[in-house]
Amino acid sequence: MGTVMREKNGKLRISVSGEVDHHRARDTMEQIEEAVERTLPRECILDLRDVTFMDSSGIALILKTHRRMNEIGGRVLVENVPGQAMRVLEASAIDRIISIKANT
Amino acid sequence: MRELNSVKLEFPAKSNNESFARSAVACFAAQLDPTVDELGDLKAAVSEAVTNAVVHGYPEKMGKICVRCRILKENVLEVLVKDWGRGIENIELARTPAYTTGGSDRSGMGFTIMESFTDSVKIRSKPGKGTAVLMRKKLGCR
Repeated sequence: MGTVMREKNGKLRISVSGEVDHHRARDTMEQIEEAVERTLPRECILDLRDVTFMDSSGIALILKTHRRMNEIGGRVLVENVPGQAMRVLEASAIDRIISIKANT
Repeated sequence: MRELNSVKLEFPAKSNNESFARSAVACFAAQLDPTVDELGDLKAAVSEAVTNAVVHGYPEKMGKICVRCRILKENVLEVLVKDWGRGIENIELARTPAYTTGGSDRSGMGFTIMESFTDSVKIRSKPGKGTAVLMRKKLGCR
């Protein structure tokens, strides 16, 4: 799992790639928290286009990012979610509180 | 129930084996000609069960995890994930969506994913003795 961060005009785009599971989620979360604290964005976009597998560790990752962004008065958007990851997110009903967009 | 094929994996409860376990089960399941969605769902369910064993079964000491897969009649795959760890005090509570003892790093959605993505989930556990999770899923439904 790799992460690439880009910040522009108050928007922090974080591109996550590879497999998002318990083994790898903690490192990614630390990178996201560090980037949010450093850039204090209004919007944090989690781009999941290159995610090849995701389990409930990804749900925790998104919820934690959501809480961090809430604390600084911002919001999180989840974009380009591939099919398998989307099924996991749908099962968790997380889309009731966070904006989730499928890969098109 | 009569088994048509089977495989058994045993490994230490290290988190880097989560990826190995779900991939190995998916490889074994390939002989049932599953759809892409079915394979993704199976991998997610196995990932949750094995992660639970790693995180909650052995929070302090290292132990072993066993994953046994059996192919039953009518294209049903059965996956048993077993540990000899801490066990679950209250299984009903553990199955509740968003309930977790794992803090903010865990979503508490593990059993919900297992239940959503397989046809049946049975859990047996004894505190101090271990936990067994038995999942069944019919594959190749087109």
